Amino acid sequence: MNDPTSLSLTQTIDGLAKKSFSESDLNKAYGDRIKKLNPGLNAFLEVKENSKGIPAGIKDLIAVKDMQMTCGSKILEGYTAPYNATVINKLIDNNVSFIGKTNLDEFAMGSSGENSAYGSAKNPWDKNKVPGGSSSGSAAAVAADLCTFALGTDTGGSIRQPASLCGVVGLKPSYGRVSRYGAQAMASSLDQIGPLTKTVADARKVLEWISGPDAYDSNCVKSYFKSTKRLKDLKGITIGIPKLKNQKGSDAGLDIGVLGVMEKAYQKLKELGAEIREIDLPHTEYALAVYYIVMSSEVSSNLARYDGIRFGSTREKFGDEPKRRIMLGTFALSTGYFDDYFIKAAKVRTLVKQDFEKAFEKCDVIVGPVSPTVAWNLGEKISDPLTMYLSDVYTIPASLAGIPGLSVPCGFANDLPVGLQILGKYLDEDTILSVGELYENATDWHKQKPRLQAPERSNGGQAKL
Amino acid sequence: MKNKKPEVVGAFDTKHIAKLANLILSDQEVDTFTLQLVSILNYIEHLNKADTNSVDATYNVSPNKNETRKDTASVCLTQDEALQNSTNTKNGQFVTKGVFKSE
Amino acid sequence: MKYEPVIGLEVHVELNTKTKMFCACPADYFDKEPNTQTCPVCLGLPGALPYINQEAIEKCIKIGKALNCDIADQSLFERKNYFYPDLAKGYQISQYRWPLCVNGSIKVTDKDGEKLTIGINRAHQEEDTGKLSHLNGETFIDFNRSGVPLVEIVTEPDFTDTEQIRDYAKKLQWIVESLGVSEANMERGDMRLEANVSMRPVNQRELPNYRVEMKNINSFRFMVAAVEYEIKRQTKALEAGEELHQETRGWYEDEKVTYLQRSKEEANDYRYFPEPDLPSLAVDRNLVERLKEEARMAHPETKIEYLVNIRNLTPVSAATIIRQGALSYFEQVVEPLEEKGFPAAGTASIIINKRIDRINTSPEDFIAQVVRQKSQAIDDRGELEKIVQEVIAENKKSVADYKGGKENTIQALIGAVMKKTSGRSDAKVVKSILEEKLK
Repeated sequence: MNDPTSLSLTQTIDGLAKKSFSESDLNKAYGDRIKKLNPGLNAFLEVKENSKGIPAGIKDLIAVKDMQMTCGSKILEGYTAPYNATVINKLIDNNVSFIGKTNLDEFAMGSSGENSAYGSAKNPWDKNKVPGGSSSGSAAAVAADLCTFALGTDTGGSIRQPASLCGVVGLKPSYGRVSRYGAQAMASSLDQIGPLTKTVADARKVLEWISGPDAYDSNCVKSYFKSTKRLKDLKGITIGIPKLKNQKGSDAGLDIGVLGVMEKAYQKLKELGAEIREIDLPHTEYALAVYYIVMSSEVSSNLARYDGIRFGSTREKFGDEPKRRIMLGTFALSTGYFDDYFIKAAKVRTLVKQDFEKAFEKCDVIVGPVSPTVAWNLGEKISDPLTMYLSDVYTIPASLAGIPGLSVPCGFANDLPVGLQILGKYLDEDTILSVGELYENATDWHKQKPRLQAPERSNGGQAKL
Repeated sequence: MKNKKPEVVGAFDTKHIAKLANLILSDQEVDTFTLQLVSILNYIEHLNKADTNSVDATYNVSPNKNETRKDTASVCLTQDEALQNSTNTKNGQFVTKGVFKSE
Repeated sequence: MKYEPVIGLEVHVELNTKTKMFCACPADYFDKEPNTQTCPVCLGLPGALPYINQEAIEKCIKIGKALNCDIADQSLFERKNYFYPDLAKGYQISQYRWPLCVNGSIKVTDKDGEKLTIGINRAHQEEDTGKLSHLNGETFIDFNRSGVPLVEIVTEPDFTDTEQIRDYAKKLQWIVESLGVSEANMERGDMRLEANVSMRPVNQRELPNYRVEMKNINSFRFMVAAVEYEIKRQTKALEAGEELHQETRGWYEDEKVTYLQRSKEEANDYRYFPEPDLPSLAVDRNLVERLKEEARMAHPETKIEYLVNIRNLTPVSAATIIRQGALSYFEQVVEPLEEKGFPAAGTASIIINKRIDRINTSPEDFIAQVVRQKSQAIDDRGELEKIVQEVIAENKKSVADYKGGKENTIQALIGAVMKKTSGRSDAKVVKSILEEKLK
């Protein structure tokens, strides 16, 4: 094996065990690839080659001791984490090393990567396009084979959406499945750390590593994630598809090309034996509004610690998006507005959560698009915050309910990747991973890699799009 | 929502909110943010249509209750680690410009 | 128009748990090198999360039960959002709408000796801030104290004079110390008092529409002086027809005046909302019962009752023994000395008045000392009779009880004589003189 960088995590573990290559070879190969490709992709903000371990990219708002943690912001330029996040300790226990901290929208606020104070990461499929956000660097790094896998965080879609736009797998675990200790909080009641990987089996492996009860996070569930399902096909599985407001694709700006890819994906699921059923999630029209009130309220409080005294610069170094959300959240919590905004949103959140509970009485998983569009041009949506917010419309409801969500590559529209979102019951990552795995094995989308100028590969280069 | 909602640009008290949020905004920022935030708030208005009479607020989606820990001491950061990211420290303490009005 | 004071008190009690409220750093910060007892949580570093200390919750419940509070079925922590250099996270994790303990009461005595019931609105759990010090226009911050557990006790505005306030502070300190939940040392800052003062017309039942918060007054003496000053200041203002508003005021000790710190307009909007990082508390009723019983056993009133009814001490002696923390020492020496002819009351007097060094004098040594001193007893019966007369005059209630049939009360009177003679009289002789005089 000449170049192990194209291997999945599972293949890498296997290759190391078989001694097809050493850990040192592995890290050098990824290191060389990063040196060559990162300048053009800006996926990594800090790179640190090790000679040992399986190299992973870590979103730069997760604390890795003695490495930087900018949170994509100028306010934390120069900050060095004095402790490890819980997930980092768990990865270390599983022979993972950290080849770099990945780029992100500032404080996880964004859906394109363009809100990074260190320049946007680029989409490896087309460097003029956004990679998605906020885990922009993590998605780009995995898509470009700059690491074996990466960790991101998902609050309203920040793992699933960039995974979809970059053609990789992204998993948002159930809320409380993975400890949040060590990740700068965005919205405390919504955030989850999760994997971005080359295959669904990889995502399952990483989830096994990073999940579990934690003495530092009181919201972490006590039970352990167990992989029990081994589905041969989807017979016996009922898949719910929420009815779109307008099948002609004008639902929340759903692109016709994306709709076409989705329909082929649903067809494939049917071929695999699944029963498809239309379901109704009547309150999802309110989900975006609920999200922006709840999330920004929690954000306004979570970012109050940035006073420049114990760490960081003073508050004027926040970028525009953090300032906007802090203002919005402060307003929603303020006297005279708290009941009408924060409490109202928290009540409607209950309705959104109940929608899913009712739907899951009739189906095992819910599928649909991750993003209304494929990757758009850098600079295209950045001037209007509200337009940007609308790109999260499919991912937000699951975050509000706390249920798990997987994004799996399911095709291309205009030569750019499209992701299939698979949502499951609370704590049922097992089923969504199994459905995802079956779909992935029955298709070849995950084998396609972006065309990038790179060191020669012995297996003959990239797939044509 | 009641009449308190900011319907008109300028009725949203950006300066007051910025003060509460400990953000110092330039006049330019005040203007731009006011426009953007009012537009976002106008979008959020439609939340009013949702009937929430029969539900409680959800503050937390974790099933946990009564999560507490034993009163046993653990290892702390060293003084150096605690101070390592500050730009102004003296004699083991963090330093900031004088505050005399107490909370 | 005559006005009367309407005063409420807020007391913060620092708990003596081993670790902090939401992290496992040691909570004993006294005299430690600055910033050596911190962690990402209490330092407010990016990524840190709180985790509730069970022992702190139990101590808070004990305080609540000692104040006759109900313990909430469901309790939530909330964030109190404001900016200040000693507040690492930019918010304090506290309680607002769902406090742990509510609706209690305590009796205090006023300047006329009258008893008054003070309502306890709530006792809730929160965390302390870092410590600030100032020099040459700079402010220095030590976060060793950041995150230490606090219980905030809020009374109803039932106080009307400063004697009641004094009594309340004394009683509260005593209760908290007896429960073993805090060192309750006001000088050290283990217990901090804030008063809210307003005035209303004497016949008005409704509360005034304003109140003045007295904050950051670092000694109890100054707080009392400030409250008395405020009562006068507000009365004068109202009599002059002024309208009074919500304010926060401090105290200038040199000028002996209160001064404006924050007006109503500048008052903080704390934007309380439920703490999303912490699940709710639904305290088990069995635990509450157990803690209630522990609080009852530890309560000074329980101990006083025991000493008065079983050991026959005067209420004053009993209270002093307990306040001095001498109860267990007393219990170790009282019976051996009784067997040697020394009544309990006398033993109590000696412990109290001779300021016995209980740490370095073992109970055995103490007993020996007392016996030795008896040999230096007062023999002059005349002198003794004079002293007995004094005691009879000074203890009218005990005399009345004795004459009314409570024979054991004579022990208390003997004790009083022993106190006056510094233990140098023979108890049997004293008793016979008393019996003669009280026939």
